[in-house]
Amino acid sequence: MNLLLLILIPLLTAVAALLSRNKQQIRWISLAGSVIQLVAAFVLFVAYRNEIAAGNNSQMLFEQSYSLFPAWHINFHLGVDGISIAMILLTAFVVIAGVLVSWNIEKMTKEFYFLLILLSLGAYGFFISLDLFVLFFFLEIAVIPKYLLIGIWGSGKKEYSANKLALMLMGGSALVLVGILGLYFSSGHSFDLLSLSQLNIPIQTQRIIFPLLFVGFGVFTALFPFHTWVPDGHSSAPTAGSMFLAGISMKLGGYGCLRVATYILPEGAKEYSTIVIVLASIAILYGAFATMMQKDLKYINAYSSVSHCGFVLLGIGMLTKTAMTGAVMQMVSHGLMTALFFAVIGMIYDRTHTRQVNEMGGLMKVMPFITTSFFIVGLCSLGLPGLSGFVAEMTIFMGSWEHTDAFHRIATIAACMSIVVTAVYILRAIGNVAMGPIKENFLQLGDAKWNEKLAAVILIAGILAIGIAPSWLNDLIRPGAEIIMNKITGK
Amino acid sequence: MNDFLTLMKQELMITFIIFLLLFIKIGKGMKNEGLLSLIQVLLLINFIAGFFLNKEGDLFGNMFHTNSLIAFQKNILNLGVYLISLLCADWLKKTPHLSEFFILMLSASLGMFFMISSGNLLIFYLSLELATIPLAAMANFDLDKKRSSEGAMKMILSSAFSSGILLFGISLIYGATGTISFAELPQQLDGSPLQILAFVFLVAAFAFKLSIVPFHLWTADVYEGSPIAATAFLSVISKGAIAFIFISALYNVFQPMYEVWYSMLVILAIATMVIGNLFALRQQNIKRFLAFSSIAQVGFILVGISNGDKAGITSVVYFILIYVFSNLAAFGVASVIAEKTGKENVDDYKGLYKTNPFISWILTLALFSLAGIPPTAGFFGKLFLLTAGASKGSYVFITIATLNMIISLYYYLRVVRAMFMDKNEQPIEKINTNRVTKFALILCAAGIVLVGLLSWIYEYIESLT
Repeated sequence: MNLLLLILIPLLTAVAALLSRNKQQIRWISLAGSVIQLVAAFVLFVAYRNEIAAGNNSQMLFEQSYSLFPAWHINFHLGVDGISIAMILLTAFVVIAGVLVSWNIEKMTKEFYFLLILLSLGAYGFFISLDLFVLFFFLEIAVIPKYLLIGIWGSGKKEYSANKLALMLMGGSALVLVGILGLYFSSGHSFDLLSLSQLNIPIQTQRIIFPLLFVGFGVFTALFPFHTWVPDGHSSAPTAGSMFLAGISMKLGGYGCLRVATYILPEGAKEYSTIVIVLASIAILYGAFATMMQKDLKYINAYSSVSHCGFVLLGIGMLTKTAMTGAVMQMVSHGLMTALFFAVIGMIYDRTHTRQVNEMGGLMKVMPFITTSFFIVGLCSLGLPGLSGFVAEMTIFMGSWEHTDAFHRIATIAACMSIVVTAVYILRAIGNVAMGPIKENFLQLGDAKWNEKLAAVILIAGILAIGIAPSWLNDLIRPGAEIIMNKITGK
Repeated sequence: MNDFLTLMKQELMITFIIFLLLFIKIGKGMKNEGLLSLIQVLLLINFIAGFFLNKEGDLFGNMFHTNSLIAFQKNILNLGVYLISLLCADWLKKTPHLSEFFILMLSASLGMFFMISSGNLLIFYLSLELATIPLAAMANFDLDKKRSSEGAMKMILSSAFSSGILLFGISLIYGATGTISFAELPQQLDGSPLQILAFVFLVAAFAFKLSIVPFHLWTADVYEGSPIAATAFLSVISKGAIAFIFISALYNVFQPMYEVWYSMLVILAIATMVIGNLFALRQQNIKRFLAFSSIAQVGFILVGISNGDKAGITSVVYFILIYVFSNLAAFGVASVIAEKTGKENVDDYKGLYKTNPFISWILTLALFSLAGIPPTAGFFGKLFLLTAGASKGSYVFITIATLNMIISLYYYLRVVRAMFMDKNEQPIEKINTNRVTKFALILCAAGIVLVGLLSWIYEYIESLT
């Protein structure tokens, strides 16, 4: 399978959306583009499995390389392994759902869809590039659409949030840039991820560059204390914006921490593992407790995202194969879950025009489909077996438990305790929103429309597919995680 | 004779156009509309002709030197002049002294061409003066505006001052080495204190022209007072030309003193980026805003120059090519709006997207390119400057530079935010851009997108160096 397709399809979709005449056309073009992209992602997935089954055990599959700037040794080098394919599948799911829930956007429809597709283009490119320069290029492409999406179509103090988000994420990518340049010059002029990973970079250099890269990417994935853009950004963004932000964009950071920082700089990862674990544990607990205090549904999900993304970083910081696999599973699971959560919040808000939990109640009676989705996503969030959240978090905990010393045990137990807190705020939110007496002015509200139902069903299907039969995802991710771990343990 | 014609063809073309304009002016004269179209066609021919028959060689006993890289640099400047003639068409049509304006502009370009080609300090000084004095007259071109004369006055005084410093530096150099020829100087340089002192004076003169902090104080006032066509010329063409000669002087002539000027450049670059950015944060007037942003951009150019090798000169030339497109697009939009409505403040741009989506997108693209956001060419340009600057392994320097990219993003986004997000009771009404200007804006936008993505352009520049 030609990986260039994954970039060309969104590109053509974006161009077609720009050229289209009316709003209906734009919507259908965007939907068609994202469906084709999902099909392409599935084809890639199947092709990957076939290759593996045929005994192909090279690290990256479907590699392609084009010389881009020979003077700087920059190649347009593409390739995927299981981890990237998992992220690409996630992105494809979230994009379709995002396009569907934005069906009723009337303000500047063309620009809205153009930016959504551009953002997804950045994400796809990021996940398939094996050249750090190209990777950085796509990482930055994904930032500015978010700024415009929040600033133009957002609500509340949107300009403030948009600015904060853009500047913090750009700050993060500035650190990444310095790190990449450091790698370039300490490695004898190479941006290539695979050849960089073959080098033995001196430990002194790793000590400097690892924190730059890890914190830089960490900003994207809400690394404590750089998580402050998350609540503001999510709460101000339009529904699809929040979905993309939490479902795709925060995953760019996790993927970068794993693929770039940890993989290329294993010694640095070992040295800083303690700090990463401490920060991740703080994010998990702090996020969970902060969520308890929130009344606004979007803030609830935003802070719980901080907590859940903490698990990703915890899994990476633990430096065991199982935990690392769990971290990637958690990225996929959280991506689907949080996208669904924001989609449901958007649907509820469109009808009730409030996001305050205590102003709602009894919505089960008027919108059964929406509240059922809300139940499912809530239960997934608190880690109910059979849904994706359980699988992912369980894998991380099992991986963490492989360490026998007190520090790792304490961190693991602390992270586990957050699940109790999660249960408290999720169940309370569900109770307040769905149960109890319904207010009179909510009695005439209708249930989800076809597009919203379709979006929710697609995301729920993903959550169930991971929750009920996690082995396919596990098989997909594990070889990639193994290679990274082998590099760390020095095999 | 044959050499004379081919080696100096770009200068001769410009001289020919200047004389043609003079004769038209003295003779019957022409209506502005027709004259402007004629000028645009001539400039286009001039730009295209610049690509052919480029040879390497010297003239007048090594006073004048040219090669394919220098010819390419002149082409970039030609392109800029051509774009200005298109972008500011509305203003140019109205001005009562159209041919004088172009005579001045082209004389300044001629001076810059000689400057880039100069082979010793004497011709360098002469051509610098030829480039500067018409600029002051251009700054004064809004004859009924007091600010315009004020700007021109500031410009001529500060230029005179910097020329004085330059001459002092040149005479010290002559005293210390006994030569003013670029070819002979490197052998005579040994880094003695007198030579360093002379070199500092030379750099100070360059810093004046490039508005490097702390020699930047004239910039904002001059930019604000001048008509936009003159401002655009000042900030793009003039800056570009000086940067070209600065880099070739440092690399070819003062290479033996690399250690000295590397540390100088680092300090100047940091000061220029930081001060330029911090002042740009609070500017209301779009021309002042672009003035400070261009100061910050010069800081980035210095980062690239500090490389001291082939990568440095390639990335600087590449960046200036991109800078021509991006900055001229920004000035072009500002000129369209100022000409139709007289509004020049960022706050006036609020809600612009609702009424004028086309020019809003162009301005957004230009600002993103200036800020270095992909997929615009500015991203590649800035990144290569940073990579070139990082080759000496100074993490602190590069971290400061990248942090400055964040600061600059804040104020560029401020304009984007005004256009797209802020509400305005009375936004600027729909502006009908004329076809020529529209074409030029699209050309700039195409340049902003394509120069980055088509990587052979960078390779081509590299092959010239």
